[in-house]
Amino acid sequence: MARPKKKHNKEIFALGNEAVVEGALLAGCNFYAGYPITPSSEIMEIMAQRLPTIPNGAFIQMEDEIGGIGAIIGASLAGRKVLTATSGPGFSLMQENLGYGCITETPLVIVNVMRGGPSTGLPTSPAQGDVQQARWGTHGDHSIIVLSASNVQECLEMTIEAFNLAEKYRTPVILLIDEITAHTREKIIIPNENEYEVFNRTLPTMPPEWYKPYEETVRGVPPMPAIGSGYRFHVTGLTHDVNGFPTSRADEVRELNERLFRKIDQFLDDIQLVEEVDTDDAEVAVIAYGTVARSAELAVKQARALGVKAGLLNLKTLFPYPRKATEKLLYKVKTIIVPEMNMGQISREVKRVNNGQVSVRTINKVDGQIIAPAEILKVLTRV
Amino acid sequence: MADIKGTQLIHEYLRHNKKFPHVFCAGCGHGIVLGSLIRSIHGLGLSKDDVCVVAGIGCSGRLAAYVDFNTVHTTHGRALTFATGIKMAKPNMHVIVVMGDGDSMAIGGNHLIHAARRNIGVTALILNNNIYGMTGGQCSPTTPSGSFSMTTPAGQMEQSFDCVELCSAAGANYVARGSVFHVNKLDAMIMEGITNPGFGVVEILSPCFTQYGRKNKFKSPVEMYQALKKKVTPIERFNEIPEAERGERVPSGVFVKKNKPGLEEKYYEMAAMCQGGE
Repeated sequence: MARPKKKHNKEIFALGNEAVVEGALLAGCNFYAGYPITPSSEIMEIMAQRLPTIPNGAFIQMEDEIGGIGAIIGASLAGRKVLTATSGPGFSLMQENLGYGCITETPLVIVNVMRGGPSTGLPTSPAQGDVQQARWGTHGDHSIIVLSASNVQECLEMTIEAFNLAEKYRTPVILLIDEITAHTREKIIIPNENEYEVFNRTLPTMPPEWYKPYEETVRGVPPMPAIGSGYRFHVTGLTHDVNGFPTSRADEVRELNERLFRKIDQFLDDIQLVEEVDTDDAEVAVIAYGTVARSAELAVKQARALGVKAGLLNLKTLFPYPRKATEKLLYKVKTIIVPEMNMGQISREVKRVNNGQVSVRTINKVDGQIIAPAEILKVLTRV
Repeated sequence: MADIKGTQLIHEYLRHNKKFPHVFCAGCGHGIVLGSLIRSIHGLGLSKDDVCVVAGIGCSGRLAAYVDFNTVHTTHGRALTFATGIKMAKPNMHVIVVMGDGDSMAIGGNHLIHAARRNIGVTALILNNNIYGMTGGQCSPTTPSGSFSMTTPAGQMEQSFDCVELCSAAGANYVARGSVFHVNKLDAMIMEGITNPGFGVVEILSPCFTQYGRKNKFKSPVEMYQALKKKVTPIERFNEIPEAERGERVPSGVFVKKNKPGLEEKYYEMAAMCQGGE
């Protein structure tokens, strides 16, 4: 009898939350700090078991979410690849330090497993209510990267993506998943080491006395040495000059704030990830993300079987909002449908891009229940 | 290195590319603390690269920007959380946190008691001036009862925190109280706080004439320092004085000195076992 062919990829049966951990570890994450909250706690529990087993891995349970994000910012400044995971109420507590991460250009990955809200809301039910909080929750005007995942395999892949973008652009990256994806168990493939790219922050090559921590570079992203590596500089949440010292001089303030936007906005093609399903000849398209995109994919297939030329744009990047991919659809379709487990946090962005060109229909649900394929199909077949 | 003294030594550690002057008012005690911190680090012979100074918000928070170490000026009240992350990531680094009384005991009170409870190996210098200085003179958790501030025009009615008792009860390994008037003792306390394992707290009484002194009938910064001199009593002598005669006296010295290993030591020992080490 022939021996079965050796599988190169490891296949496991995992929860979405477990897939996040696998993705993080593959991306090189070696530091976790946080505070447990349903429905994200499995991420923390598994990290508590896994991190001590990897060289230099560190884990700490803090006294609250403010402590959690504070500790990962400190660790990231000290050169670690860091993760914290939370849900809506905890995410709200992190907002001030999230802004600190933006202005100090500290790579962070924050996973928010969204539950129903507002407030303590529905701890064990899914929702997509934190989309605009992820974009605008902290104070001040800033750019930020927000990703989503619609199934367990994507949880793994988008976590790797989140780490890569955080390191590449020196910025906090938020991964939004919802309770259903987080707690669905399905088979996933763990890629081999050479099958995915891992990006690490750029280290300075100049001698320490020449180094300016916030100097303009070609990409707009200054190199970032770790605390203790010989490059001694000041890190502050105050608006700072290229040396990192506080300033209120208009030219220096403008330079910093504009660069913080520019370093992300000039690389939209690299950041805005979308997946298109049957959009080539589509007359009606669904724009969805997270678990709802999964329902939408089935609804599109069913609509096609009924003769409706339907397509799906699955947003894997929510912010900066994928304007180009949406505009491309607008030239093809007569109607866009945006189903969401909120009252319209992404349809707002779609309508902004659409600017009245085609009809935009929304399906909104805030009862703690998933939007089923049949509900999307019903709208697809009627437009 | 050992033969440089006084201001020469201070200049050795200040940042040459930082725009001076500093933010401290005339009569402020924070500059004395800065000098004491530099002398302590120099006295211990630590490398600049091995020291990380983490500060919160307010006048004390600005202290970090002036010195040539790895420095992090954090969000209000959260300095200890950042420091915890840095220490866990770099356990061999000397992480020194500089906080004010509002920073450490009001907005950051929870982080303070938990840093003490988990005994993380950082040294916290709490610069206590009994007032919110930079924000404009509102009362703080250590504003003495009856004292006047912008938000207590009829006198503070609340009780104030005793930093030493708070941190001792929460489980800190090293707890001391000094003042900017007794600077040699302060140097010794900071040095001991840095070298002692686990979480160390040094409360430093540092007068704020601009915001506290003026509103509480001190005629000059000098008068505030004289009052501080009278108030601060070594713990041994303080205990000899009958309770009824203690008045406004505040005990100073080392209150707690334990030798428990810091959290980071225990964690990496556990991790080494997980990885099949010795």
